[in-house]
Amino acid sequence: MNTFDAGHYDVIVVGAGHAGVEAGLAAARRGAKTLMLTLNLDMIAFMPCNPSIGGPAKGVVVREIDALGGEMAKVIDKTYIQMRLLNTRKGPAVRALRAQADKHLYIQEMKKVIENEPNLTIRQGMVKELMVEDGVCKGVVTETKAAYTADSVIVTTGTFMRSKVLIGDLAYESGPNNQRASTDLSVQLEELGIKMVRFKTGTPMRVNSHSIDYSKTEIQPGDEVPRAFSYETTEYIMDQIPCWLTYTNEFTHKIIDDNLSSSAMYSGMVKGTGPRYCPSVEDKIVRFHDKPRHQVFLEPEGRNTEEVYVQGLSTSLPENVQKQMIETVPGLEKAEIMRAGYAIEYDSVIPTQLWPTLELKAVEGLFTAGQINGTSGYEEAAAQGLMAGINAASKVLGKEPVILDRSQAYIGVLIDDLVTKGTDEPYRLLTSRAEYRLILRHDNADLRLTDIGYEIGMISEDRYARFQDKKRMINEEIERLKGITIKATDQVQEVIQQAGGSPLKDAVNAYDLLKRPEMKFEMVASLLEERKDLPEAVEEQVEIHTKYAGYIQKSEQQIERMRKMENKKIPEDIDYDDIHGIASEARDRLKEVRPLSVGQASRVSGVNPADVSILLVYIEQGKIAKVSGDEA
Amino acid sequence: MDTDTISAISTPVGEGAIAIVRLSGPEAVSLANGMFQGKDLNQVDTHTIHYGKLLDPKTNEMVEEVMVSVMRAPKTFTREDIVEINCHGGLVSVNRVLELTLSQGARLAEPGEFTKRAFLNGRIDLSQAEAVMDLIRAKTDRAMNVALKQMDGRLSHLIQKLRQELLEVLAQVEVNIDYPEYDDVEEMTNELMIQNTRQVHQEIERLLRTAKQGKILREGLGTAIVGRPNVGKSSLMNALVHENKAIVTEIPGTTRDVIEEYVNVRGVPLRLIDTAGIRETEDLVEKIGVERSRQVLQEADLILLVLNNGDTITQEDKKLFEAVEGMDVIVIVNKTDLPQQIDMDELREVAGDHPIVSTSLIEEQGIDQLETSISDIFFEGDIDTGDMTYLSNVRHVQLLNQAKETLEDAMDGMNAGMPIDMVQIDVTRTWELLGEIVGDTVQESLIDQLFSQFCLGK
Ligand SMILES: Cc1cc2nc3c(=O)[nH]c(=O)nc-3n(C[C@H](O)[C@H](O)[C@H](O)COP(=O)(O)OP(=O)(O)OC[C@H]3O[C@@H](n4cnc5c(N)ncnc54)[C@H](O)[C@@H]3O)c2cc1C
Ligand SMILES: Nc1nc2c(ncn2[C@@H]2O[C@H](COP(=O)(O)OP(=O)(O)O)[C@@H](O)[C@H]2O)c(=O)[nH]1
Ligand SMILES: [Mg+2]
Repeated sequence: MNTFDAGHYDVIVVGAGHAGVEAGLAAARRGAKTLMLTLNLDMIAFMPCNPSIGGPAKGVVVREIDALGGEMAKVIDKTYIQMRLLNTRKGPAVRALRAQADKHLYIQEMKKVIENEPNLTIRQGMVKELMVEDGVCKGVVTETKAAYTADSVIVTTGTFMRSKVLIGDLAYESGPNNQRASTDLSVQLEELGIKMVRFKTGTPMRVNSHSIDYSKTEIQPGDEVPRAFSYETTEYIMDQIPCWLTYTNEFTHKIIDDNLSSSAMYSGMVKGTGPRYCPSVEDKIVRFHDKPRHQVFLEPEGRNTEEVYVQGLSTSLPENVQKQMIETVPGLEKAEIMRAGYAIEYDSVIPTQLWPTLELKAVEGLFTAGQINGTSGYEEAAAQGLMAGINAASKVLGKEPVILDRSQAYIGVLIDDLVTKGTDEPYRLLTSRAEYRLILRHDNADLRLTDIGYEIGMISEDRYARFQDKKRMINEEIERLKGITIKATDQVQEVIQQAGGSPLKDAVNAYDLLKRPEMKFEMVASLLEERKDLPEAVEEQVEIHTKYAGYIQKSEQQIERMRKMENKKIPEDIDYDDIHGIASEARDRLKEVRPLSVGQASRVSGVNPADVSILLVYIEQGKIAKVSGDEA
Repeated sequence: MDTDTISAISTPVGEGAIAIVRLSGPEAVSLANGMFQGKDLNQVDTHTIHYGKLLDPKTNEMVEEVMVSVMRAPKTFTREDIVEINCHGGLVSVNRVLELTLSQGARLAEPGEFTKRAFLNGRIDLSQAEAVMDLIRAKTDRAMNVALKQMDGRLSHLIQKLRQELLEVLAQVEVNIDYPEYDDVEEMTNELMIQNTRQVHQEIERLLRTAKQGKILREGLGTAIVGRPNVGKSSLMNALVHENKAIVTEIPGTTRDVIEEYVNVRGVPLRLIDTAGIRETEDLVEKIGVERSRQVLQEADLILLVLNNGDTITQEDKKLFEAVEGMDVIVIVNKTDLPQQIDMDELREVAGDHPIVSTSLIEEQGIDQLETSISDIFFEGDIDTGDMTYLSNVRHVQLLNQAKETLEDAMDGMNAGMPIDMVQIDVTRTWELLGEIVGDTVQESLIDQLFSQFCLGK
């Protein structure tokens, strides 16, 4: 190709979806001169599906991104139309925030941040080719023949890889929302020996708000208590917009049933594997035939648009069937469809081909992040983008890679699952994937990760000082409570009784009183002579650390055990064929995954405890061999 | 290296008059000391041996008289602190001692783990590394095969059932957490969860009780030799005992002063029932009558029914066959050195599916075939052993005990009003522990359950 030299960058990010923007910002913030290339500058961090961010597990990820100096939390805090804290009636480990986003404002806000980031250049353009020489990625070439060289390249092309949109019997090559598909890149990755798999997902129709009869639906307002994702946010949006709830019924189901054969997903046109947790409405009817109704949430897509997202009716039925179907739903009888629902099929990289830094094992300097790695969801994409950006910068700047483990963050769980186990459907984070979820709470993401964010230069001195303050206050208050004795006075018994607890027999210290499940921090504080003026977030930490100390301790012991195995590193040049006695299935899997630690090895499917023991012995043997070699 | 303390029986089971339970790790000495009545082991010199009694710290009951040797790191096999508890070689004693160490916080050693530790701590040199790997492989494979073979079908079925019950509870909790707006599932409350887990807890307790009584687990395979007078029962008994170095153990705590014989036949521990009676050449059926003998026979896991080759099958023989109907029986036609009077066709008809072995005890013929027959019947799992099987199940019992404890933690949490997602941590752990018993702990199955049980999504 006749190319022109368009310059050199430390890091190039291909794509500006949720993964791409975090990758670009992180690399730039760490000091790497960074270029982002994307198809359409008006669609930066676009939400092709539901206009919402957060939820269980995912909401925790957003806060983790924030604690590591990423952007998602801050931007959603400026652009939400509604914020809710979920699982409030459950324990602190599973609480999470979810925001309904103004998806258009979100784009603008994110674009502004990127445009104003020093060290970061953003440019519209389609990358057609990666420059790869001798297994090392050296840069990219766009379709307009601009050749950029770089030390590291991060590909975050999401659902655009050789993607195909399907509605009824209509099928055409296209990215989401009629954007262009990225086919050359997909073909080239395959030529480079990267194994790909075909996945699918889908989205429901959007309808005009004026055509909805809300009186037939239930209102779903946001919380009145102001809350935000970012630990840095101090201003809250109080003007919130509600969502609405309605249901499908037997008539809806009959229409779907009668027309199943015309759905792209059921006519055999779609070959990719879809996610179980985001089934199309066709799937729901087929798999759960006996359910009389399904929930349908109506979610506004922004403040300055009448488009409403119809959550629950993701479909690839023909447009006329979509219309018939929707008219059976209370409140939507006269709904005007503005955009039809569709399914999309795309290529993604089998993620066990990645190191935990998200660099491809087969091509040095080439990272992939986001939906291209087989995940689904904005938060999952953003988290990977952030980590790929951090690690691409590490590589360029000659710094240590940053790998979070399963006890440090949901981000660690996500990436470890991907690179160790792979996935056979689009991967979504769930709280049940985290074995230490009691530690991975949304209220303590800052306590878990700010130190790391600071160390790698993603957290400002100011912010770090505030964080240190918070930590200090928490510890001091816990110590203080331990030293205060509360006598069994009438006033005390009264408070306890009102909370539904059993009366005190003897005096206790305030700490032990707070341990009781029914005693809130507020109540205990009201019994103290001196009430410290502490931020709410500090009081919350004091309460959680006190009340759940036993459980937290148990988790920490588990983590300590896990860490021991995690700390046993496997040399990168290990030759699995040389290991005597390892079972052949385990050998094959280990050769493929090439785990970095014995802990990671033990999570590879097909590797059993005996293989792990043998591996340990082999590694130790290597150490001894080195020592005795030195002596010789 | 690993910082936990491991424990295992380090002598071949049931094969010596003395057995050794070995502990290795940082807690080895203090752990042993906690159950030892005698000198303070924490204070004694290294590489010394001490006489005393083992007490169960929970009940303060005496378990065994023992000799305990204390060897402190680094001059030990594993380069960790090692304690060896020398006890009676009987299966009962040695298992009880092992179980006690486990209940005190030791972990049952993995196959080859002492050697592995020795290696990792630099005690064994490089040239032996391959041998260590072979050992781990071989021991693990064998242990796994044996464990699988010995896992009673019903037991594994039951555990799977308990796991499934827990899994459904867990999935319901998870769905409430991951899909808080999903309205189709009943909210899993502490009350509901208590109901569900209580049932599982009862089942686990029941299993543990049967494990406690589990004759085979603790006492070997109860074996009764029956037959008319003079067919050769005592001779058979002696033959088995002589061939296999019988261990005579006094069973403590029993009122009748019975002496039972243990023999180890090709790895199958046999406990010969009512051997005293047989020794005196008195006939079991004659002595106590058919009704009582039926009862005694009920206690047995295996019947060796002896007939005389030099005699025809009598009415009495047939009664015996009836008495042992439905049990695991090996029919022995003894005295093949005498001219054959027995009608083999008739015998095959009476004997039905039971294997028939011919012996001449006086000429020491056929004993090999008999032993093969015993070990076949055992390892094919044909023996009716109640709910639990034998020895390697110490691991199962330990896991089951842990499962019970974590479930109790969960129940305590529920009663204390802890949030469901906290309590759930302990329930999940229980589920995992049960999974370890049947060799299956894949996290993915919870997620599968979630999506197959509930209709979730956008
Ligand atoms: C129809 C549909 C339905 C979905 N449904 C759900 C759902 O129900 N639940 C859920 O969690 N997630 C869903 N998603 C997924 C979610 O949108 C993605 O996970 C998330 O947006 C992925 O972010 P990303 O940054 O990896 O990729 P994307 O957001 O797809 O961004 C890719 C970026 O790469 C750019 N690009 C592509 N090719 C090139 C090239 N050759 N050169 C330069 N730039 C390029 C694009 O312009 C874009 O900026 C859905 C997505 C679609 C399209
Ligand atoms: N010929 C012959 N005699 C045997 C054999 N086994 C045992 N005997 C003899 O049979 C008699 C009774 O044996 P014993 O073992 O006491 O029979 P029990 O009454 O069934 O216990 C003894 O004299 C034995 O020596 C054998 O295989 N062949
Ligand atoms: Mg006799």
